[in-house]
Amino acid sequence: MLSWDVEKRFGDFALTTTGDVAAGGVHAVFGPSGSGKSTLLNLLAGLLKGDRQAIRLGERWLADSTRRLHLPPEARTLGLVFQDGRLFPHLSVARNLTYGARMRRLAPADTPFGEVVDLLGLGDLLRRRPGGLSGGERQRVAIGRALLSGADALLLDEPLASLDQPRRIEVLPFLDRLRAANDTPMVYVTHAIDEVLRLADTITVLDRGRAVAAGDVASVLNDPATRPFVPGLAEETVVEAQVREIDRVNGLVRVRAGGLALALMGGGLALGSTVRLRLAARDIAVATEPPCHTSVVNILPGVLTALERDAEGRVHLDLDLGLPVRAIITASSAARLALVPGQPIHAMIKAVAVDRVRA
Amino acid sequence: MLQLTPLEQEALGLSLQVAFWCVAVSLVPGILVAWVLARLRFPGRTLLDGIVHLPLVLPPVVIGYLLLVVFGRQGLIGAPLYDWFGITIAFTWRGAVIASAVVAFPLLVRAIRLSLEAVDSGLESAARTLGARPWRVFLTVTLPLMAPGILAGAILAFARSLGEFGATITFVSNIPGETRTLPLALYSVLQRPGGDAEATRLAIISIVVAILALAASELLARRLRRRLGSAP
Repeated sequence: MLSWDVEKRFGDFALTTTGDVAAGGVHAVFGPSGSGKSTLLNLLAGLLKGDRQAIRLGERWLADSTRRLHLPPEARTLGLVFQDGRLFPHLSVARNLTYGARMRRLAPADTPFGEVVDLLGLGDLLRRRPGGLSGGERQRVAIGRALLSGADALLLDEPLASLDQPRRIEVLPFLDRLRAANDTPMVYVTHAIDEVLRLADTITVLDRGRAVAAGDVASVLNDPATRPFVPGLAEETVVEAQVREIDRVNGLVRVRAGGLALALMGGGLALGSTVRLRLAARDIAVATEPPCHTSVVNILPGVLTALERDAEGRVHLDLDLGLPVRAIITASSAARLALVPGQPIHAMIKAVAVDRVRA
Repeated sequence: MLQLTPLEQEALGLSLQVAFWCVAVSLVPGILVAWVLARLRFPGRTLLDGIVHLPLVLPPVVIGYLLLVVFGRQGLIGAPLYDWFGITIAFTWRGAVIASAVVAFPLLVRAIRLSLEAVDSGLESAARTLGARPWRVFLTVTLPLMAPGILAGAILAFARSLGEFGATITFVSNIPGETRTLPLALYSVLQRPGGDAEATRLAIISIVVAILALAASELLARRLRRRLGSAP
């Protein structure tokens, strides 16, 4: 468990935030550039000193301004992965990876060198020098170097931001595997919402140094109040669901989230496991009578709780399907069906349109 | 032509010896001063910077004279050195080393400081987060990354020492076998009627040594750059 309560001022900018991340958890810190995300990581790592700070790793205090305690970075055992990698150019990849263990005098047997090399696919790179690596390879080495330094928590500062889209797609699965294979708590700073959805359990949304929302990913992102601070999030509903039934013949799984039951394409999912789904509002249709003779698998009875017409002539619906779900239809459809709040409806969600973002 | 006369051998050997020790004694202080000037902000930094660079603008004769005042038998440092340890600096080859070290010091510090300022401090922060104390960060990250600049500074100081004349002749005089380095020997033979041929040979020797030093530094610098992973 890593927890923090920090405040740092630069001129008229002030960062004030609290948070924590448990073992095995990934906490995303989300916000535009200049919102104080990297400042938070530098405070946690001890590269900056907060004006007020209380940082604790497990039972150990790393910083406590009430006691004037401020451990230097080397004493904190937090692995910081920088946006630009910061590999040592004069050392081979293997020497970069073992740098932390040498500095902390860890016995080779105590560091999971082989496992980390396998996990991050670094086997073929060990003898090379950072100068000859691609951006994606560099970031993988940087992650491995932080992991192998005896770190009790990982701090990742936009590790994919410096990469182009193909490289991002190449590195993301490694982060996913890392999250699944590792109990190390991680604080993941990013301004890309797809990385949050894929990797994070909890999130703090920062805006100009202030936390505008915090909590578990689905509830923060589904909150309409947070939406203005989350560019890149289409109108959609994020659902954490449990796999209840596997239909191998048809390749479908049935999942449940609160009162919402859904069927979706489910290759590779295990019974009882948790999946995170994105339901795009424009992929959801509504009917006032139960539709028949349709290909749509999920026909879910519910209640229309609110509707709002926007300037472009779309109507945004808030549906209660056992969970609040958002839908968008045309104004003409809304008029034709004479939709009014409180009305019972049937929502139609195609199984193939349910987007699995995290297994 | 290839056969060196005893005088040439003596002067060349002495020159190389003085230049080697000049670099050897000033390298560590040079790195230290460069680090202090590049990284620390303190009152008096400009003064220290000025003092370090002074030999660059002072006439070498003045430096030689000041060294004589300080390190002579009756000097501030020279007197206790002789009285307590029996060490004489003035008029010995050790004095020649000091004279050329003082003159070469600003060149050494400048080159090292430039390379230190080029080291990405982000790499040093990264090393800290990986468990390295500041001193080990310096030894394992900063110093290796500065290596090309240290090498350049050392070669500059070596070359400057080979060419040192004014401060040396003022401080330690022109004693055959003790302080008569190549430039001083060249000066001596020029004082004699008919010494032109000898002077030419000494000049050629000086040029060859200088070119060899340059070539060696270029070779080393290339190897270092390759190790640092940048362009060959």
